Amino acid sequence: MAEGSVPAVWRRYPQRYRLVGSKCETCGEFFFPPRIICPNCRRKGKVVEYQFSGRGVVESYTVVHTPPADMEDQAPYVLAIVRLEEGPMLTAQIVDVDPREVKIGMPVRMVFRRISEDGEDGLINYGYKFAPL
Amino acid sequence: MRKVAVVGVGMTKFGERWEAGLKELTAEAGIRAIEDAGISGDEVEAVYVGNMSGGRFVGQEHIGALLADAMGLNPVPATRVEAACASGGLAFRQAYLAVASGEFDIVVAGGIEKMTDVLTGQATTTLGGAADQEWETFFGATFPSLYALIARRHMHEFGTTEEQLARVAVKNHYNGARNPFAQYQKEITLDQVLNSSPVAEPLKLLDCSPITDGAAAVVIASEDVAKKLTDTPVWVNASAQASDTLALHDRKSLTTLRATVEAGKKAFQKAGISPRDVDLAEVHDCFTIAEILAVEDLGFVKKGEGGKAVEDGMFDLNSDVSVNTSGGLKACGHPVGATGIKQVVEVTWQLRGEAGKRQVDKAEIGLTHNVGGSGATAVVHILSRYIDLRSRR
Ligand SMILES: [Zn+2]
Repeated sequence: MAEGSVPAVWRRYPQRYRLVGSKCETCGEFFFPPRIICPNCRRKGKVVEYQFSGRGVVESYTVVHTPPADMEDQAPYVLAIVRLEEGPMLTAQIVDVDPREVKIGMPVRMVFRRISEDGEDGLINYGYKFAPL
Repeated sequence: MRKVAVVGVGMTKFGERWEAGLKELTAEAGIRAIEDAGISGDEVEAVYVGNMSGGRFVGQEHIGALLADAMGLNPVPATRVEAACASGGLAFRQAYLAVASGEFDIVVAGGIEKMTDVLTGQATTTLGGAADQEWETFFGATFPSLYALIARRHMHEFGTTEEQLARVAVKNHYNGARNPFAQYQKEITLDQVLNSSPVAEPLKLLDCSPITDGAAAVVIASEDVAKKLTDTPVWVNASAQASDTLALHDRKSLTTLRATVEAGKKAFQKAGISPRDVDLAEVHDCFTIAEILAVEDLGFVKKGEGGKAVEDGMFDLNSDVSVNTSGGLKACGHPVGATGIKQVVEVTWQLRGEAGKRQVDKAEIGLTHNVGGSGATAVVHILSRYIDLRSRR
């Protein structure tokens, strides 16, 4: 992401703040982040907005000890791939848990948190993290 | 399509090259390749260069023309190719296609990355650009952490162990210790890897390839020209490439790089051989788990058996398939844009019998495998001393 770009952050609010994705009513597949066109059905697909439940399970996880510069205050943190109960997977931090307790298959739910800070005067980015259910 | 051969190769010493900038590194590798080909340079008709991020590492874009100029090749057309860590492999493929198509007879393919002018944190951020910025990096994914997610899942599904991962690093350092161009020419022990500091668990510092300055270059030529230039042409028997989603989480499987599977299948099919025919392979071991994925996805072993095979020594020097004889990205170093070209340089030296202390006995068929990001791009080449592997002529 271009550092400090307001529009680049603003246009992702619905997805990052509320887990708004999309769904193809023709084949039933869910998309997060949302797709405008269904890759299965293409022109025959009917894609509509969909509010994900925010529940999922941990598919894999790691504890990050060497973070990017804008997340140095958070390390070490747990980063995971979460499979949402509707199907799609995403990458997010797991919080409110002892890192040693995180396991593959652990049920989690979305929480709204501060993600990163672009230095003293920069943007503060918010979005989803996940916590034990 | 015409037959294409590698007729000249050269590379710089890989490492922290504080005394050298982009131009010096480029000239060093380019001149060696041109001299090795036994040409003056006037014969070169085009240049393709792999470079991931001159813009962020040294503030320099427009690397194509810069490289042609540094090698003294103006006014030949020069094109930069970018596919993150697969930039070099892709530059080689573009050069190959340009000669195979009949457009040019002699072309230089180069790769360059100057990484140590920035602090490690900045380098980490720049390399993170190979991942999906909006949906991975934004949420705290770093490059090592993506491969750590793969490693953890591989351990979960197949019982792969941290010792098996470490064994990849030990093997590649053993080979690197026998390569005068390698960044680390020092053997390491299993305990050293296992006790190195955590980067993204289960990956530790010695599971990760380093930050490196370096360049590599090769001269390739069409059949007629190659036969005039050298008695030891190394033929490009197959070139294949495939793509996948940038984000790891968008893939059906977290433990298979589909782009590698597809590019590998296509390459073996084109060359008319199977994985068991390969004597040596330079595979993309940006992290130890990546080499395990590579040997599985290329078909040297079944999915899930890579860790065990590494532990059993199947990929040691002069075993079933000698993997990463150069030391790989791990020990030879990983100047991202140069790596894919360096792989071709190493395989060429091996096939010519010029690899010194790390020479593979009776090396006839070699493979290179270069990956971009966490697997969104894969490029596979098969090279040999035979112009046609089906008839072995
Ligand atoms: Zn559909």
